[in-house]
Amino acid sequence: MQYVTGIDDHRTSTGLDNRKLLMWAFLGSDVMFFGTLIGTHLIYRNRSLSGPQEEILSIPITTVSTFVLLMSSLAMVLALAAIQRGNMGGFRFWTVVVAVFGSIFIGFQMFEFAEFAHLGLTPRTNLFGSTFLVMTGFHGAHVTVGILWMWSLVFASFKGKIHQGNALQVEIAGLYWHFVDIVWIVIFGVVYLIGAYGAENRALESVEHAARAASLI
Amino acid sequence: MAANIGILRRPVSTAGVWGWITTVDHKRIGILYGVTAFVFFLIGGIEALLMRVQLAQPDSEFVDAGTFNALFTMHGTTMVFMVVMPAGAAFFNFLVPLMIGARDVAFPRLNALSYWLFLFGAILMNFSFFKAAFPDVGWFGYAPLTTTPYTLSSSTDYWVLGLQVMGIGTTAAGFNFVITILNLRAPGMTLMRMPLFTWMTLIVSFLIIFAFPPLTIALTLLLFDRFFGTNFFDTVGAGADPLLWQHLFWIFGHPEVYILILPAMGIVSDILPTFSRKPLFGYTTVVFAGAVIAFLGFGVWAHHMFTTGLGAWATAAFAGATMAIGVPTGVKIFNWLATLWGGSLQFKTPLLFALGFISMFMLGGLSGVMHAAVPVDTQQQDTYFIVAHFHYVLFGGSIFGLTAGIYYWFPKMTGRMLSERLGKVHFWVMLIGFNMAFMPMHVLGVLGMPRRIYTYSADQNWAGLNLFVSVGAFVIAVSILLLIINVLRSVRKGEKAGMNPWAASTLEWAIPSPPPHYNFAVIPTVRSLHPLWDEEANAVEPPPLPAHGEPHMPSPSYWPIVVAFGVTMVCGGLLIWQASTWLGLAVIAVSGFIGMRGVYGWVFEPVAAEEHAEHAEHPERAPAHHA
Repeated sequence: MQYVTGIDDHRTSTGLDNRKLLMWAFLGSDVMFFGTLIGTHLIYRNRSLSGPQEEILSIPITTVSTFVLLMSSLAMVLALAAIQRGNMGGFRFWTVVVAVFGSIFIGFQMFEFAEFAHLGLTPRTNLFGSTFLVMTGFHGAHVTVGILWMWSLVFASFKGKIHQGNALQVEIAGLYWHFVDIVWIVIFGVVYLIGAYGAENRALESVEHAARAASLI
Repeated sequence: MAANIGILRRPVSTAGVWGWITTVDHKRIGILYGVTAFVFFLIGGIEALLMRVQLAQPDSEFVDAGTFNALFTMHGTTMVFMVVMPAGAAFFNFLVPLMIGARDVAFPRLNALSYWLFLFGAILMNFSFFKAAFPDVGWFGYAPLTTTPYTLSSSTDYWVLGLQVMGIGTTAAGFNFVITILNLRAPGMTLMRMPLFTWMTLIVSFLIIFAFPPLTIALTLLLFDRFFGTNFFDTVGAGADPLLWQHLFWIFGHPEVYILILPAMGIVSDILPTFSRKPLFGYTTVVFAGAVIAFLGFGVWAHHMFTTGLGAWATAAFAGATMAIGVPTGVKIFNWLATLWGGSLQFKTPLLFALGFISMFMLGGLSGVMHAAVPVDTQQQDTYFIVAHFHYVLFGGSIFGLTAGIYYWFPKMTGRMLSERLGKVHFWVMLIGFNMAFMPMHVLGVLGMPRRIYTYSADQNWAGLNLFVSVGAFVIAVSILLLIINVLRSVRKGEKAGMNPWAASTLEWAIPSPPPHYNFAVIPTVRSLHPLWDEEANAVEPPPLPAHGEPHMPSPSYWPIVVAFGVTMVCGGLLIWQASTWLGLAVIAVSGFIGMRGVYGWVFEPVAAEEHAEHAEHPERAPAHHA
């Protein structure tokens, strides 16, 4: 061991910024949050005793909202690219696009929840209502935090607190935003697509079953 | 740069009570954790003693059945979440930055937030005592027992919310230590040159950030069931699975066991080389054994559920995984023994406790492997044999290891030595009391005494052993009293410790005791696993402060305690909401605002209060980025 003077106190062992590493660690942990919620939802598939289930999921509408959310990720990439080049106007424009697209997604989700309530599905109705609405609601809360974060970045940039020199702040927000999008892809695939496919199959089966029963008579 | 936004000026003083409330110094936060954990250790211990008084005689009416339920629930919850975990955190905080040659943790304010969330969550849960609603559903809170139809009082709400608040703090601490250890190591301090305790801290931190989310979600689902009428655990009305909670809880709960034991293993792995005067045998193997234990720890949760009827294949798989996890643990024990073998042993108090750890933990580990055999487990499920087993692991393991750590690092923390003579008496009294209290429980379990019963009748022939156990519990209490006396006397009158009283090899011993607030005047450059043994000549005296004075340290901050208060009071508002809707909503709204305000104040607070004045004079010295 020896003492060498003049070592930079701000260097890090991995060369990565602490805050960026923190975001990665947080996202790793968040995988477990969503994994638990999605797992609970899958365990309870087809086990509701009454009320509407997967058949009320609307694939066309959710495809549109999923597309909007994916496009927000594209805008996020462009916002980061802009601020890294020092293009503050481009950064603000694309960050606002991210926030607006995120808000459209939340709007779709509110419409979906309201529609489900209209069809008689609330968190209290059955197991499907509890797991589906809490899981997607938890995701919606993540998107909402992201939207607040985007607006905070835009406002802070007008005060001079966000600039080319700390584009890392935008990069970290971007990591979060992309992650929340990826989680939605998983939910869209595992919960919506497989769920609706399963519901359709069950409907067909019951029709065949009825037909067979009818032919027996 | 904008000044601190808001009404609170950035505090600069580190003196007095406000200095402690606003501190972001990892050493002070470590001491706060340690003292708080010890206070809860006394509370949890008193709860245990009350249970032992009740069970000392058959047909006792010292406490009634309901009180007894509350006692074992709060004893377990307190010891796990408010004693062993924060005691581990106390050592992480005080030691890890010193061991890796850093000035502080990566996120000093987040560190303070972790502590305040732990403290406020613990107070929130224990506040139920004053509302005559002590949680009484077991430390594992099995749903559907904990859902509204079966627990009408608010006791379970206190349990859920208190645990939730503490869990947020713990998870934040997990992030902090992962980043600190990965990123703040001194030059030359490669991962495979880190002291074992730092390694175990890293592994425990990873366990925390992956194991706590399932608990957080499980608690949230239970909360929603209780407050908003969802159906996650409604087995009767909605057809919910009665095992869902058990799965979610134990996916957290088994890694939690390793969160409790690995810090003690790290402590012992650092103490043994010092008092054997030779390096740890198989350093690399011990590191990897710890990592393997953590990894396998996520795949053995269902061995807590062997009697629930999971099916033969699932049961067999979990039995196999459970037997497998005994292997890396055994590897560690052999490495420890091989470290002692041929060493010139110095039987100081820390070594005695470390040896107590190895022997007692080994007994607990062996009875654990017994339970991996499903037929044996089925026989012993919910008997006192299980109580004996996990107390050998958690008391014989964790508490003995942590006590070894207290004796070993007390000189570093306070600058004074603990009394060796009193320490040795403490060790023997504790070892004897511990074995008196818990060894007979094996026998009681095999004789069929179930866990959690509040009394038994004289003709069941359990009376004699139970009385013996209760006497043992009080012997343990006496040993803890000896520790308190030792600490109180030594803090004031103990022998001065000096930099390195044990002639140990790791970096924390290269600086004065207690360390200055900036830890290292000059950051050391490390060239081996044992920096103070290999090149002792270079390490005798730490270099003086460089000419430009003390290193810049982050200023104290109010925001951590403000945010923690906001979070806790949102939970408090939920509790009030049950009694009075509007008052509850008002409290939630106000505390939510305080919390959010705290977050924004925190984000835009500069790292050091005196930055402005200094930048005016030396603009070239402005840090590159501080946000």
